Amino acid sequence: MAPIQQKVLALNGNEAVALAVKQSDVDVVAAYPITPQTIIVERFSEYVADGEVDTEFVCTESEHSALTACLAAAVTGARTFTASASAGLALMHEILYVTSGCRAPVVMAIANRALSAPINIHCDHSDSMVERDCGWIQIYVENSQEAYDSIIQAFRIAEHPELLLPVMVCFDGFFLSHTLENVDVMLDEDVRKFVGKRLFPSVIGHKGKKVPFKLDPSNPLTMGPLDLYDYYFEHKRQQEKVMQKAPQIITQVHNEYAQMAGRKYGNGLIDTYCLEDADIATVCVGSTAGTVKAVVDQIRAKGVKAGLLRLRTFRPLPVTDIMKALENVKAVAVMDRSNSFGGYGGAVFHEIRHVLYDAKSHPRVVNYVYGLGGRDMPPDIIQNIYRDLQEILKTRRVKDYVQFAGVRE
Amino acid sequence: MSQEQKGWKEIPIAGVCWRPATEYLTGDWKTFKPVRDPEKCIKCLICPMICPDAAIKWSKTTEDIEFDYDFCKGCGICANECPAHAIKMVREGES
Repeated sequence: MAPIQQKVLALNGNEAVALAVKQSDVDVVAAYPITPQTIIVERFSEYVADGEVDTEFVCTESEHSALTACLAAAVTGARTFTASASAGLALMHEILYVTSGCRAPVVMAIANRALSAPINIHCDHSDSMVERDCGWIQIYVENSQEAYDSIIQAFRIAEHPELLLPVMVCFDGFFLSHTLENVDVMLDEDVRKFVGKRLFPSVIGHKGKKVPFKLDPSNPLTMGPLDLYDYYFEHKRQQEKVMQKAPQIITQVHNEYAQMAGRKYGNGLIDTYCLEDADIATVCVGSTAGTVKAVVDQIRAKGVKAGLLRLRTFRPLPVTDIMKALENVKAVAVMDRSNSFGGYGGAVFHEIRHVLYDAKSHPRVVNYVYGLGGRDMPPDIIQNIYRDLQEILKTRRVKDYVQFAGVRE
Repeated sequence: MSQEQKGWKEIPIAGVCWRPATEYLTGDWKTFKPVRDPEKCIKCLICPMICPDAAIKWSKTTEDIEFDYDFCKGCGICANECPAHAIKMVREGES
């Protein structure tokens, strides 16, 4: 299929997300403003006020209520969207679990921002990394184009009748949310056609009959009620099982989208750069990958076999893809834009080192926590990381497994 | 509980109830059960009203109250409120 008609717009990340939501025929948006996400719902409220969408827009008194409203709407069969960041996402924490537990396919954009204290409005991944265990799919994007594309894909992934899982699309606050970029956008009707209508699997309700999985007065259902030691564990086991099914569907939706729009991000799970013959590699999520690619080009020109693995889908963790991509690499530096205090490195490091424990090449895997609170990650720091990796490759010795890159001593 | 327990592959998603909640016999949570002395009972019908689980009923056929031990959680409110002191809480299995 030939790529469809598109036009280039100058959009910041927030505007790109708002446009993607507008084009995805969303029924309910409930949100509460927080920097750096506010522009998303601000733009969207303009679409509503101007009659460009027929979405029910709910202004709530907190993020806890915003996600609760989305959850409630989603279980009645509505397509729902919200956006948050930092303290707002932290306030949603309780309802994040309720949403995934009720299998409510809410889509949420996160403009990644640091958590207080001290108060900071700039980018790091502390807000979403801490929510990695809440049963949501997490996609981290590299640029605003990918944010636009991923929001559209997220509705298809979340609402897939075999999944019904909420999805977070995480993009770096300010670095992406407030930076103008050329974004290729599709026509409303093409996006609408791609996203389609929600489909409902059937479940056995309390009358013992099969009914569509949604709250509907003509086919009453009870979702997520009291569930003690006799069944709670079984329901959590189901959630783990469905998460394992997600990579296949994320890839499938990603490939279908790539065919239509002509844009792809690796296989939708991991995006690799110069990794095929690499001896040393870094792993990162988010916008830093753009700078890393430029650095890889520079040092490849000097004959160093360097590569990058950008983890696009962090939850579910694409274990076999990571293993396959890094199995021949001899030294790996994982870059974390969040820290796990007292936890021996950041969240991405924990996962990558864990996956590579059984790798044939037994790579040395080290961690660099960087960029907290929006601290810049310039090319020279990344070059230093690759230099450290070359040293490790030569000596097979590691001095410090966890380091902090870009902090003043 | 009180029914055959299914595995995780057999149950509906999202905690959807596949049977009415009345089949979930919460009465087996109790440690103490209310036992009434019919001689002392004045049939004032305070206990059916204040039972938080609607587990005390008035039977039209026997014209008397009946405890539904399948749903009585043994909270003891009936024994506490009975003006005739006709209800005693007895440890399960002791009478």
